[in-house]
Amino acid sequence: MDISEPAQELLEKLWTDLEETQRDSISLNALGLDKNASEISELVDLGLILFPKEMLLKFTDEGRTEAEKAIRRHRLAERLLSDILETKHQLIESAACKFEHLLYEGMDESICILLGHPKVCPHGRPIPPGECCRKEKEVGSRLVAALADLNPGQDGKIAYVQAKESQEIQKLMAIGILPGTPINLIRRFPSYVFQVGNTQYAVDREIADEIYVRLENREK
Amino acid sequence: MKYDDNIESALTQIAVRLHGDYRLSKRMIGLLLLQDDAEIHNVVREQEGMEYKSILDIIQQTKSQYSHSPNYIITMARQAECNSILSDVVSNLFKRKRGIAESLSRLMMNPWTGIPILLVVLYFGIYQFVGVFAAGTVVDWIEGVLFGDAESGYILPYVTRFFETIIPFRFLQELFVHDYGIITLGIRYAIALILPIVGAFFIVFSIIEDTGYLPRLAMLVDRMLKWIGLNGRAVIPMILGLGCDTMATLVTRTLETKRERIIATFLLALGVPCSAQQAVFIGILSQNSTALLLWISVVVGELLLVGYLSAKALPGDQPSFYMEMPPLRLPKITNVLTKTYSRMQWYLLEVLPLFVIASVFIWIGRLTRIFDLVIAGLQPIVRTIGLPNNVAEPILYGFFRRDYAAAALYDEATGATGLTGNEFLVAAVVLTLFLPCIAQFLIMVKERGVKATLMMAVAILILAFGTGFLLTKALNIFGINLSLGG
Repeated sequence: MDISEPAQELLEKLWTDLEETQRDSISLNALGLDKNASEISELVDLGLILFPKEMLLKFTDEGRTEAEKAIRRHRLAERLLSDILETKHQLIESAACKFEHLLYEGMDESICILLGHPKVCPHGRPIPPGECCRKEKEVGSRLVAALADLNPGQDGKIAYVQAKESQEIQKLMAIGILPGTPINLIRRFPSYVFQVGNTQYAVDREIADEIYVRLENREK
Repeated sequence: MKYDDNIESALTQIAVRLHGDYRLSKRMIGLLLLQDDAEIHNVVREQEGMEYKSILDIIQQTKSQYSHSPNYIITMARQAECNSILSDVVSNLFKRKRGIAESLSRLMMNPWTGIPILLVVLYFGIYQFVGVFAAGTVVDWIEGVLFGDAESGYILPYVTRFFETIIPFRFLQELFVHDYGIITLGIRYAIALILPIVGAFFIVFSIIEDTGYLPRLAMLVDRMLKWIGLNGRAVIPMILGLGCDTMATLVTRTLETKRERIIATFLLALGVPCSAQQAVFIGILSQNSTALLLWISVVVGELLLVGYLSAKALPGDQPSFYMEMPPLRLPKITNVLTKTYSRMQWYLLEVLPLFVIASVFIWIGRLTRIFDLVIAGLQPIVRTIGLPNNVAEPILYGFFRRDYAAAALYDEATGATGLTGNEFLVAAVVLTLFLPCIAQFLIMVKERGVKATLMMAVAILILAFGTGFLLTKALNIFGINLSLGG
């Protein structure tokens, strides 16, 4: 589908606003837009949004899917920029906006696999899962993977820690699980045992799923 | 050290707005506020009133500059500072060598080799050393020869005569001596029986603790304990419970959530037999390996099932498990002795008074004939689960001294009108599951509160008798007839 950049941005804004407010429609005033704005009429013409009431905006089913894909591309781009290209935090947002437009259909999937199917963007917002996450396809080589998906003996550096609660992250940071630290998985069963620096830790599957590792030697 | 400009400017702005008295530097307060320290937020809200809102705005403003939480940024900055200091002064960071210790450590963590290692540790550490040596040899000597009874021995005959001389009334004498007195029962029980057993257990536990084996055990059983609503960390109170459930109940404090503490306390009270109980039960049941196996599997099965159900019933999140695996070390004898000594000291100070109280309760209970009433009330229940009437008495006294019940059962089992093997097994299961000793009960009240303790007590009573009833039925249905010789 060919959508202009402003319309694309509106689609994403609509999606995040609805995600935050947990509602299914939003007023034009809240978006600060005029009904006759060109991007609105573009999206209406494409059948992606509709007006259930005067001044109230809503996704069509097709529109929601389209927006979700756009969000996914954006947040994957952020992940890629911060974890692999190690872009400065302040630059990520603007770079991601440009980058996402380069991720055409299918390319987001390769990047998702490369990054080990990340679940949240660097800001901690969820990344909508794609087809590849649902099937957990493991084709191609990965650069980043959750600790839980590593093989015993694999080395890497901690890329980031993704946890629902900041308390949990604090706990892990306190024991030295920090981005950039070398990590080596020793065993997977019955618990995940790994070495960070000079110390060994055992954690359960839940925590091992939250630690993402940038792989170094890709054996096996 | 200096942080980046955003953090530094936030710190300056916050410092200007802090007027209260904090004992910490304003910079420190600012850093803690940025890191969302709940306690400091509360203190500042109280002290600054209106200014607190503008401080919150500054924090919000700072947060919006980053894609990560300020806590993350601050920790990373500190880590970088650490690394730069270290890189100047440390040249060769020692790497953990793959020596014997590391190889052994890996064997302990592999279930195929780790579980046999666990069994060996339990067999020699708990069964042979605590059960056979301490509870058998040592207790026999201290209790039988040193303390003795009213007629023979080195201590009790004189003490008994002393009290008989100074107190003219028999019922008052009984408060101190004779079958259930403070000295004959309370003190003798604590010092002659429990102290050697628990002492031996503490020695074993301190050795195991100092080698670094416990964290490896914790990671080995984490998945299993998750199933019953606990996690690997709970292995420490559970193993301690095999020594003394009273101390183990205190140690449940180390568990992270209230939910885990409740489940652990409940399971300890229900079915983790302390070393005093194990010594007597295993002593008798080991004459028949089927009986011993049945006893262990019924109790373990009950613990797993009840743990699973309480994990389902109690609200709250499953806590996550993480634990450091320190390198294995040879324990130092002096450290082991110091630890054992301080634990024994704790034991004497905390638990001994409780046994004295128990003796007083028994004295009152017998004097006022309340015990006779309770025993009469227990008899129909005991009959219902297929046991003879005279088991009611050991069950009641079992609450006051856990092994007494077992020892009294021993007399029944070997006496002329003795219990059959089946009856002894059922009684042993019921007594293992039955209410903990009074010392543990009082600690439970102290740690978990009266209401929770009473609820647990009711549940335990129902479970103990219910299991006994079902076990009798099952033994009958499958036509199992156990015999205990000797």
